[in-house]
Amino acid sequence: MLEHYISLITKAVFVENILLAYFLGMCSFLAISKKVDTSIGLGLAVTFVLTITSPVNWAIHHYFLEKGALSWAGFPDVDLSFLNFIVFIAVIAAMVQLVEMILDRFSPTLYHNLGIFLPLIAVNCAILGGALFLVERNYNFIESTVFGFGSGLGWFLAIVSMASIRYRLRYSNVPVKLRGLGITMLLTGLLSMAFMAFSGIDL
Amino acid sequence: MALLSKKSQVVLNDPLMNNNPITLQVLGICSALAVTVKMDTAVVMTLAVVAVLSVSNTLIALLRKLIPSKVRIIVQLAIIASLVILTDQILKAYMYDISKQLSVFVGLIITNCIVMGRAEAFAMQNTPGKSFLDGLGNGLGYGMILIVVSFFRELLGSGSIYGFQVIPDSFYAAGYENMGLMVLSPGAFIILGLIVWVQRIVANIEEE
Repeated sequence: MLEHYISLITKAVFVENILLAYFLGMCSFLAISKKVDTSIGLGLAVTFVLTITSPVNWAIHHYFLEKGALSWAGFPDVDLSFLNFIVFIAVIAAMVQLVEMILDRFSPTLYHNLGIFLPLIAVNCAILGGALFLVERNYNFIESTVFGFGSGLGWFLAIVSMASIRYRLRYSNVPVKLRGLGITMLLTGLLSMAFMAFSGIDL
Repeated sequence: MALLSKKSQVVLNDPLMNNNPITLQVLGICSALAVTVKMDTAVVMTLAVVAVLSVSNTLIALLRKLIPSKVRIIVQLAIIASLVILTDQILKAYMYDISKQLSVFVGLIITNCIVMGRAEAFAMQNTPGKSFLDGLGNGLGYGMILIVVSFFRELLGSGSIYGFQVIPDSFYAAGYENMGLMVLSPGAFIILGLIVWVQRIVANIEEE
C-alpha cells in the first residue's frame, strides 16, 4: 500500500512534473525565476497551497458535485459536475486567503517572505490544474493529498533549478535577441528533456 | 477593413505582432503549449480562447461602471469562469473527441493570464466595442503562436499537417524518421524559444 503512494509521489515529482510535462504554472515560473531566494519562497507557497487545496477540492467534488454524489441528500440523479471549474477556483481563492490570514497570525516571518506571491497563487494554473487532474484521474482522498504534495514539490524543484541556472547564465554570452524569454524557454526545454529520463521508472 | 476606424484597427492589429500576448507580454503560456502536439487541438483551443476572451472583455467593459473596484477581481473571475463553463459544455456536446483530448486545458482558460490581464488592463477602462476588438486581437495573437508551434510540432513529430500525411512514404522507406522529441514536452519549449528569438530579430526588440 505504501509502495503505491511512493510510486505516485515519484511520478508527480519527476516523471510527470506538473511544470515540465504539463506546462502548468508557466507564467509565474518565467516571471519569478530570476532570483533563487524568491523562487524558493514561491515554490514553498505553491507546495503548501496545492497540498491543502487538493484534498478539499476532492472532498467537494466527491460529496457535492459528482454525478450521484448528492444521493445522501435525496437527489441521486443530480449531476453538478459542470460547476467544477467555478467551485474549484472559489475554493482555491478562499483557501489562499485563509492561509494568508493564518500565516500572518502565527508565522509573520514566512508571511513577510512570501509577500505578494501568496495572493497571486490563486490564479496560478498549477493549482487549478492539480484539482482538475485529480478529478480526471479518479484519485481517492489520500491519493489526492499525496498527488497535490508531489506536484507542488515537483514545481518547487523545477523553479529552483531554473533560478539557479539563470543565475549562472549572467556570466555567459547569450545572443542579444535571445536574452530573456527566448533563452529561458530553450533552457526549460533542456531541463524538461533531463526530467524525461525518469520516465519508465516504476517503483 | 474600411468598417473600422484607424484607432480600432490599431487595437485589433497591435496584439498580432508588436504586442503579442505570448511572446512579448509573456502571458498565457501555461495552457499554450500542452495542446500543440497536433494542429486540430490547437485550432479548437484558439477558437475557445478567442470566444472567451472577446465575450469576457465585452461583458466586463459593459459592467465596468457598476463593478466596485474592491471586489473587481472576484467579479471578473466569476464572469470568466461562467464563460469557460459554457465553452466546455458546448465542446463536450458538439466536439466530444477533441474535448477529451484537450482534457483539463479548457478549464485552465480560467486561470489563463491573458483573459484576466486584458480584463484588468483594457476592459476596465474602455468602451465595450473597443474591448471586444482588443479581446479578438489578443485571442488571435495567442492563437497565431499556438498554431505556428503546433504546425512545426506536427510536421516534425508526426510527419503530417492537420492530420494529413505530408511526408511521402518513400522518405520513410529511405530511412527518414519522425522526431520523437517534438511529440514530447521539450519540443514545445524549444520551438517556442526559437519562435521568440526569430520574432525579436524581425521586430527588433531587446530585453534587459
